[in-house]
Amino acid sequence: MAATKASKEQKYDRQLRLWGDHGQETLENAHVCLINATATGTEILKNLVLPGIGAFTIVDGHTVSGEDKRNVFALTLALMLQNRAQAATELLQELNSDVSGNFVEESPDKLLDNDPEFFHRFTIVIGVQLPESTCLRLGSVLWSASVPFLVCKTYGLIGYMRLAVQEHTVIESHPDNALEDLRLDQPFGEFKNHIQSYDLDSMDKKDHSHTPWIIIVAKYLEKWLSEHNGQPPKNYKDKEAFRQLIREGILKNENGVPEDEENFEEAIKNVNTALNPTKVPSAVEDLFNSEQCKNITSQTPDFWVMLRAVKEFVHNEGNGSLPVRGTIPDMIADSQKFINLQNPPESISEKDIKLFCKNASFLRVVRCRSLTEEYSVDSVNKDEITSCMDSPDSEMVFYLMLRAVDRFYQQHSRYPGVYNYQVEEDISKLKLCVNGLLQEYSLNVNIKDDYIHEFCRYGAAEPHTVAAFLGGSAAQEAIKIISHQFVPFSNTFIYNAMSQTSATLQL
Amino acid sequence: MDGKYNFTILKSTQFFINTTCLNPIFLSSSREKKRRRIEDLTEKMAVDGGHRDSGCDWDGRWNHVRKFLERPGPFTHPDFEPSTESLQFLLETCKILVIGAGGLGCELLKNLALSGFRLIHVVDMDTIDVSNLNRQFLFRPKDVGRPKAEVAADFINSRIPGCKVVPHFKKIQDFDESFYRQFHIIVCGLDSIIARRWMNGMLISLLSYEDGVLDPSSIIPLIDGGTEGFKGNARVILPGMTACIDCTLELYPPQINFPMCTIASMPRLPEHCIEYARILQWPKEKPFGDTSLDGDNPEHIQWVFDRAQERAAEFNITGVTYRLTQGVVKRIIPAVASTNAVIAAACATEVFKIATSAYIPLNNYLVFNDVDGLYTYTFEAERKENCSACSQVPQDLQFPPSAKLQEVLEYLTENASLQMKSPAITTTLEGKNKTLYLQSVKSIEERTRPNLCKTLKELGLSDGQELAVADVTTPQTVLFKLNFTA
Repeated sequence: MAATKASKEQKYDRQLRLWGDHGQETLENAHVCLINATATGTEILKNLVLPGIGAFTIVDGHTVSGEDKRNVFALTLALMLQNRAQAATELLQELNSDVSGNFVEESPDKLLDNDPEFFHRFTIVIGVQLPESTCLRLGSVLWSASVPFLVCKTYGLIGYMRLAVQEHTVIESHPDNALEDLRLDQPFGEFKNHIQSYDLDSMDKKDHSHTPWIIIVAKYLEKWLSEHNGQPPKNYKDKEAFRQLIREGILKNENGVPEDEENFEEAIKNVNTALNPTKVPSAVEDLFNSEQCKNITSQTPDFWVMLRAVKEFVHNEGNGSLPVRGTIPDMIADSQKFINLQNPPESISEKDIKLFCKNASFLRVVRCRSLTEEYSVDSVNKDEITSCMDSPDSEMVFYLMLRAVDRFYQQHSRYPGVYNYQVEEDISKLKLCVNGLLQEYSLNVNIKDDYIHEFCRYGAAEPHTVAAFLGGSAAQEAIKIISHQFVPFSNTFIYNAMSQTSATLQL
Repeated sequence: MDGKYNFTILKSTQFFINTTCLNPIFLSSSREKKRRRIEDLTEKMAVDGGHRDSGCDWDGRWNHVRKFLERPGPFTHPDFEPSTESLQFLLETCKILVIGAGGLGCELLKNLALSGFRLIHVVDMDTIDVSNLNRQFLFRPKDVGRPKAEVAADFINSRIPGCKVVPHFKKIQDFDESFYRQFHIIVCGLDSIIARRWMNGMLISLLSYEDGVLDPSSIIPLIDGGTEGFKGNARVILPGMTACIDCTLELYPPQINFPMCTIASMPRLPEHCIEYARILQWPKEKPFGDTSLDGDNPEHIQWVFDRAQERAAEFNITGVTYRLTQGVVKRIIPAVASTNAVIAAACATEVFKIATSAYIPLNNYLVFNDVDGLYTYTFEAERKENCSACSQVPQDLQFPPSAKLQEVLEYLTENASLQMKSPAITTTLEGKNKTLYLQSVKSIEERTRPNLCKTLKELGLSDGQELAVADVTTPQTVLFKLNFTA
């Protein structure tokens, strides 16, 4: 047992450095459902099996076609007669023996007819190359059951993803540019005392050169405040003067030449970020003002309970500031008190609270609209669509084309241009679908004929490199949903392999 | 329904003009010439018996590829002409070199093989490690210890009928121009900037100029991919025409090296404590005798970890773990399957576009980051006018005659556009070749070391003197012209 754990640590080492052991645990407890083991579907799942999700279930009623056989898991001729779900399951299992794979040889529509609650057991459902009707039916079931739904489609050189999740909270968003929590404009008690213990003027050369730059900035800030009526440096001119003030503090040798003091150089370099005013980020303020934070009940998820405790802290002990990222002894005592009122103490541990406070500046909540809302004539996001379409290069046109192609499928039970002889004649049929779509939703936009021709030309092809791009993208979004680390996209992502560009749209 | 469709050129006109002549194969006479040359080369580089088994192409196998090769479309490359021959070119003639069989390499091989490419070579000097298995999916636990290139080739060849991947368990520097010249396109999945620059330099050295005009058929496109955690980039380089690796050296983030004063006296992060143990304590205490610190030796890491913890305790710093220690000592870059999948996919798409002229290729740099949602940014990296690798402009060195050779050496290593690692400087004095300084061979280093303290004048160098500089970052010597300043 110990051997297995150690070898897992080794195997997953490179990814543990990104999401930690606790993140890995969430993956290993997850059960992912993939609908349709096409090239895109198997690529997505491969990128989830490799990092070690607990289990997957493939739902697919198709048999293996000539096109499918080109899949990476290059099915041998013997597998030709097998259903796609089983074939893919066996081959994906091979990639990681820690993962358990299952398959259901059934179309999702049948399952929705006979046993919709089948889907309730999953951590996330990923639907690939789904026709519109199936997608909406499934979307509705999953929305009511609060199961995250990730819709993916590779269509020619276009990749498409849609995330449908009601509310997804993120404590560990791991922002790229997290500025240090220095609070020099509001030094808290312990730090203030610490600064006092340094007296730059009376230090010997060695200590002077080794005083941490933060202390130097703090000291000179004190000096500045006393000379400027308590007003910190605000504009560029002030900050330059402040930098000069620090520069003058560099020791000089007997000839009056400034010594080489790296710590002073660091201090000067960091003046801008060091002087960032301490305040609660507006995103966090918004969260404080949201309904969930205001109305805490016994059903409220831990995230909001902790957020409420932080809000109380900010308005009381914190004097308008979030708990200090480093140490938060007072915070624990008070939040525990508050939390004890609402929940049995075991549900939120001290560790949880510490983690929450450490990340308080970076909390994120992602909310997506349901598919029903997106597709309904009453609530379609016309503004987003028309404003994007004002730019000639916008990827929004591909979204509209995918919607038109779905219509085509509904009307003709096939996709346009699959066979060579169909390409020309389907152009006018697809154009009718495009116009029908724009009319139904009262969208006053223009789609060039070139796009209609191109989508007929695609013939519903699923080129491998586009499927692979989407495979990587979708898998990581699924990992974000499962682990609650890093921030998922919201709510539509379009990838254009022709120009190697992409866009995230709110639909 | 009208038969005319507006051709929308998605890229800048300038690039369009430049690439018209670059179409790799069939149709015009220059292309036909190149096609015949390629066929000649294919014959000369006899690969594995050469017989292509077209019987392994079952019905429908290449449908998804055919649609892009046999049908006209409004967004295709201006040179594109639908043809059934294009698929044959991919399957039977087009030769691709994949550099690296790791995170990106495995994905690249799979993507290329499934897109119809069959003549693929792969070079990788590494063997498989357990920590590779979370993403390098062509490998299994039983393969640990075996050469990556060989296991990857075996996997693809046995699973994808018709595909013939040839592995090379070697360094890229083990090959010369005659090897690289045989490929139509080279795609890199490397983890080292030095290796990238070397490859870049190699392809630049293959360029031929006739009367100062670049011969397009001597250009081998280089597709380069890189990943780190959740970030990645993919770029298309047409050596001699578009920005090369060295043109954009400043784009690479500098390696994180903490200031010594922070490490020595005022640590704040657990990393500072680890570096203290690694850089200061290890050389002083020599815990395992005269051996240097080996990141793969658990005892060494444990030692560093223990010392780092002691230091951390002294300064009330939390967060020193064994894992972090290993990461800092080995400079480990975190990695996941998903980022590698995305970047390799983008690269393979470009290989396909260039090989088939199906669409205008990426012009020329794609950046990807999925930490917060999914972010991509596509831009055209510009060539540097005086790039030391691709500009053919003689490089200038401005120094007073009283400057010491040491200063020249420092300039070559520290200048942001040059970033050489251990340059070897030679020149011609009195008609004879003279090595001024060379680091990589111990005896020569000892012999030439005194030159570092001599001035350029003392060394007999004159104004306008040409210095030839060799370095690991380039397969070719770089020529510098010495200009004496006052």
